[in-house]
Amino acid sequence: MLALSSANPTQAPVTRFSAETCCLSINQFHLAYAGKTALRDLTLDVPRHRVTAFIGPSGCGKSTLLRAINRLHDLNESVTHHGQIQLEDQDIHAPQMNVTELRRRVGMVFQTPNPFPMSIYENVAFGLRLQGRLPKRKRDDIIEWALTSAALWDEVKDRLHRSAWQLSGGQQQRLVIARTLAVQPDVLLLDEPASALDPISTLKIEELIRNLKSQLTLVLVTHNMQQAARVSDYTAFLQQGELVEYGPTDQVFTNPRLQRTENYITGRMT
Amino acid sequence: MAWLSRPLRARATGSLLWPWLCAASVALSLLMLATLLTLLATRGLGHFWPAELEEVTLHSGDTVIGQPVREAPLPNAAGVERLYFTGNRDIGGESWRWVALDDIDTVAVPDDLIRLERAPWGDFIGRLDEVESAGQRFEDEAAWAFVAHAMTLPESQRPIAQLRLTAANGQIITQPLEGITRFQAPNAMSWEQKVVAWSERIWQFLSEGPRAANTGGGVWPAIFGTVLMVILMSVIVTPFGVLAAIYLNEIAHQNRLTRLVRIGVRNLAGVPSIVYGVFGLGVFVYGIGGSIDSWFFEDALPSPTFGTGGLLWASLTLALLTLPVVIVATEEGLARIPDAQREGAVALGATRLEMLTRVVLPMATPAMLTGVILAVARAAGEVAPLMLVGVAKLAPQMPVDGEFPYLHLERKFMHLGYHLFDTAFHGEDVQAAIPLVFATALLLVLIVLVLNLTAIFLRHYLRRQRGNEC
Repeated sequence: MLALSSANPTQAPVTRFSAETCCLSINQFHLAYAGKTALRDLTLDVPRHRVTAFIGPSGCGKSTLLRAINRLHDLNESVTHHGQIQLEDQDIHAPQMNVTELRRRVGMVFQTPNPFPMSIYENVAFGLRLQGRLPKRKRDDIIEWALTSAALWDEVKDRLHRSAWQLSGGQQQRLVIARTLAVQPDVLLLDEPASALDPISTLKIEELIRNLKSQLTLVLVTHNMQQAARVSDYTAFLQQGELVEYGPTDQVFTNPRLQRTENYITGRMT
Repeated sequence: MAWLSRPLRARATGSLLWPWLCAASVALSLLMLATLLTLLATRGLGHFWPAELEEVTLHSGDTVIGQPVREAPLPNAAGVERLYFTGNRDIGGESWRWVALDDIDTVAVPDDLIRLERAPWGDFIGRLDEVESAGQRFEDEAAWAFVAHAMTLPESQRPIAQLRLTAANGQIITQPLEGITRFQAPNAMSWEQKVVAWSERIWQFLSEGPRAANTGGGVWPAIFGTVLMVILMSVIVTPFGVLAAIYLNEIAHQNRLTRLVRIGVRNLAGVPSIVYGVFGLGVFVYGIGGSIDSWFFEDALPSPTFGTGGLLWASLTLALLTLPVVIVATEEGLARIPDAQREGAVALGATRLEMLTRVVLPMATPAMLTGVILAVARAAGEVAPLMLVGVAKLAPQMPVDGEFPYLHLERKFMHLGYHLFDTAFHGEDVQAAIPLVFATALLLVLIVLVLNLTAIFLRHYLRRQRGNEC
């Protein structure tokens, strides 16, 4: 199933997956902010129904990569890029690709919880309403399912029509995850989803990530090494916009191939 | 230690002093505000109180009947003189009289003194002798009862009657009942009756049209005109301002030109309002209004329909004047919304328009309302530009009536600010107008307050709905 190959002997080894298990395939992807390179010829595959963690020092490009998968950089005119990102064998930058549809299929959760200033119910219904009308019964079902999947239903079922801003930070983040799940995406991108939360909320989010694996593919950006080790199946280590090492999490954490990776993981960065 | 202590003490004094300075500035501004409101309230509302009438006998044997208004020192410290409002403009020609205190022999407050408000000649102060109606004569008690009863009837049902009145100098005049709008004997009134009469007069002031060249009567058309104009202005300025702010903050590329436009907009707020008035006169009234007249109202020419000042042009001019305020406030509200909210919406598959209408604008609504509040406060008090574009000293018709199309945008209207100016400077009897000026000023402040409170409660309600601050 796993076919390891070194695309370029001087570069980091690239882990490639056969087509059946590969969900996202990034090929020689290069991205620059106003001429400043942020991502340098990245090549990696993200396997389906697994949790893949991107780790690396601040400014290494891991969040940039995550946002590129959702094409959030479209909002910023100063960003230029080349290379390919494929979602289930479709180039996401292809002209026939509908950005709105792409963003429905690739959900994204940000570092700070960002529920909209409306009720809990309306927050989860937001993505559904964007796609058009649904019978109320059906919409209610989807909302209950999404909140249950995000392990939030029991806490909010009695106050669905209260403002979402009254929830705690951890609940808000799970609400945001539920909101994303409601449109039934194939991929869920999580940008440091627990960094603004307390330890208990963090544990809940981590547990949620592990449970969601059976439904969709998850990509997690985190600064927390333990978190990456706890929840992810594969780990990619990025540094200065380059992929340094990519492999099964066990291997990257216990037996990294490169000294740079080991230094970062053990905290001996210089 | 002495070399150290002096600068230290100076610094300590300085650091103790500045919070006090700040507190003193706040206290001073609060004091000025309180003084302003107290002055307006006492001078304005006091005017409606049924004041006691005095019958003054002078050493010379003359009698003066009137309401004491104020006292002023005579030149060369020769004592003090008192101003009496004596009414009776039809008899003596003057309705005010200065009386030196030294000349006064006795001052009495007899119960039978009456004060009439009449249509052509202003107030009458004196005594009621008898009433003649349909061949019948009523005297004393009966006359009083007759008039008091007649005044409670609606104007159309009052009997035809002649009142025989005696003025202070003994002159007897005949006054038809139909010209009388109020009959009062303030000295005979109990405290409760005075309160009732006072609130009735305030209500009349608020609900009736002006009389006697704006020196009497009420200000209802002016209240109505002010509020209607402000509402129309808000309806015009809000969409324009909000759309402009959205363009500047959300759509335009943030470059030098955008910054220049932004600076320009902010500076527009500082342009003197009369300049906007001139612009409105030139562009709206003569330009656009003139063209509308020549296209659609040719039959009425040369008398202009839209080619003269009117409600629409006044609202448009004020909308232009307050546009920067709305733009700036909305822009600040938009800039405060975290990008995370925008990204959150976009990441869920919202288009830019959906993101704007469903997430950004609802969040910016309180800021927009703040802008509208500021705009309303500015517009309601603005007089100078209105004088050029449509306000009238006395509008013959209200801008809203039962005649199609109900809202007459081309009509001239009355405005409290201009009414105040007109009452103060263009009345026949400036002394009589002074209390009305205060009352009108108080009313103007109250109207701005009410308009603002409405918007503030609306904003509060919206915020409550959202959950909390934004």
